[in-house]
Amino acid sequence: MCDEEKLDAIIVGGGLAGLAAAYVLAKAGKEVVLIERGSRCGNKNMTGGRIYVHSLLSLLGPELLAEAPFERAIVKEQLTMVSETGSMTIDYTDYSFKGIPQSYSVLRSVFDDWLAGKAEEAGAMIVTGIQVDKLIEKNGKIVGIVAVGEEMFANIIIAADGVNSFMAQQAGLRNDLTSCEVGVGVKEVIELPEEVVASRFGLQAGEGAARLFVGVTNGISGGGFLYTNKSSLSLGLVVNPQELSNQQKKLHTLMQDFKMHSAVYPLLEGGKTVEYAAHLVNELGFNGIPPKLYRDGLVVIGDAAGFVINIGSTIRGMDLAIWSGMAVAKAIFEAQTSAEVGPKYMNNIERDIIPTMKVYQGYPKLLKNPRMFMEYPKIANDMMHFMFAVDGSVPKKLPKAMFDIVKNNVGLRSLLSDGWKGVTSLCR
Amino acid sequence: MPVKKLRVEDLLGCNKFNADEKNSHIVIDRAICAKCMNKPCLVACPAVLYTQEDENSEVKFDHLGCLECGTCRIVCHNHGNKGIVKWGYPVGACGISYRYG
Repeated sequence: MCDEEKLDAIIVGGGLAGLAAAYVLAKAGKEVVLIERGSRCGNKNMTGGRIYVHSLLSLLGPELLAEAPFERAIVKEQLTMVSETGSMTIDYTDYSFKGIPQSYSVLRSVFDDWLAGKAEEAGAMIVTGIQVDKLIEKNGKIVGIVAVGEEMFANIIIAADGVNSFMAQQAGLRNDLTSCEVGVGVKEVIELPEEVVASRFGLQAGEGAARLFVGVTNGISGGGFLYTNKSSLSLGLVVNPQELSNQQKKLHTLMQDFKMHSAVYPLLEGGKTVEYAAHLVNELGFNGIPPKLYRDGLVVIGDAAGFVINIGSTIRGMDLAIWSGMAVAKAIFEAQTSAEVGPKYMNNIERDIIPTMKVYQGYPKLLKNPRMFMEYPKIANDMMHFMFAVDGSVPKKLPKAMFDIVKNNVGLRSLLSDGWKGVTSLCR
Repeated sequence: MPVKKLRVEDLLGCNKFNADEKNSHIVIDRAICAKCMNKPCLVACPAVLYTQEDENSEVKFDHLGCLECGTCRIVCHNHGNKGIVKWGYPVGACGISYRYG
C-alpha cells in the first residue's frame, strides 16, 4: 500500500466527540473520513438532555454558535423530591445564565445533523449508513478499519463509537460494560405548543427549565429528568441496571408510572408522545475511565472513553465529548509520528478534562446510597407536611416532630452515618 | 399518542424504524435462557422485547423495535445465564432512526 491511499484520520462514530474531532481536523486541512452507522449523524443518538456550551463555544466560535439549533437556554434549575403523598420542588433561577447561556436543552437528531453539516463544510468526508466491523492491526499497531468488507487505512483511528464502544473493546483497552458502571436511560419526547411550555414553567421566549426528580424510581438508584424544548418536553428516567434486574417491575412500567405521577402529569397534560428512546449512560465518573485510552494508531474519545460527570445537580457528557474531540485533533497537530498522538492526547486530556472529573470522583459512591431514592425524598415531604398541615389538633413541637420524622424513616444512626459518608466522599 | 399510560407497542409505534425483517442483530440461545433463574432481560429491556408467556414457557425475543441501547447484553451477562450469544447493531442504517433524540 502506498502512502497516497492513507488518510490522516478515520473517525468511527458521528456523535459530538467524533464530529468535533472531524471539524477541527478538516478545518486545518487534514484528510479525514468519519464513518457513522446511522443514515444521518444523530440518528442513533439520544440525550436527556441539555448541553453545557463552553466547549462548543471554543470549537465553533460565537458566530457559528449563534446558528446552532438549540431548543431553549436553561435559566431555571429545579429539583423535585417525590413521595407517595406529596412532592417538594426547589426552583432556582440564575439571572447570570441569561446573558451568555451556560446550557441549552437540545435534541440530538437535529443537533448532530447540523454539526455534521459544519464538519462537511470544513472539508471532512462523512460516510453514513455504514458500520465499522473491525480494526486492522499490523505488528501491534492499529493501521485501519474494515467496513462492509472494505479496508481503509489511516495514520490514526479515532474511536468515537459511544458508550458500548466495540472499537475500544476490540483494541483491548476496555472490557465490556458491567451493570455497576452504567445507568439505563429511557425518554419520551412529548409535544406541547411553545406557549404552553413557556406558561407552565414560567418562562420567557427562548428560556428553558431543567428539572430532576428523586423518589420516582421505586427505590432503585437513579432519578427522573425533564427538559423543556422549544415545543416539546423531554421526560425520562435513568436507573441502575443491576437493581432493576433484582426487582419485578419492568423499566417501561416504571417510566409510565413516573409519567402519570401527580407531581409530573400536570406538566405534560394535553401533550402528545412523539418518540420513545433508550440509551446507556456512564455512571462512574472519573473511576469509570479506562486506565489507557490509546494504542499506537488509535485513540478513544467521548462516551467510549467514559467522559461523563453525574453529580445529581449537573450531568455532563456532551461538553466533555466535544472537549475530547478537540483534544485529539490538537494532539494530531502536535505529534510528529502517529505513535506520539496517544501520549499527546493524554496530556491534553489531563489538562482539560481530568481535573474536573477528579473533583467529582466521590459523587457516584454518594449517589449509590439506597436511602437517597426513597427515604430522603419522603423525609423532605414529611417535614413539609408538618410545616403546612393544619387540622385543628394540638401540633407537636418542631424539634420533636422533626426527630420523629427522621426516626420513622431512616433512624438517627443512618442519618448521621449517611451525613458522615456524604462529607467524606465529597471532600476526598 | 396523547399523554397517558401507554403500552410499549404504542410507544414504539411513535418511533421511526428502518426494519431489517430478515436478520436479527441480537441472537439468544433458548436452551441457555431456559436454565436462567433470574431472567433480567424481561424487566430491563426498555422496549420489552424479551417476553415469556408464563413461568414454564420459553423466553422469546423480537429484534424489531430494538432501541439498540445494550441494556439486555449487560444484564444478561452480569445477572443472567449469558443466553445472549450475539449482540451487535443492525447493519446498513437499519434499526431505530431517532427524529428527536
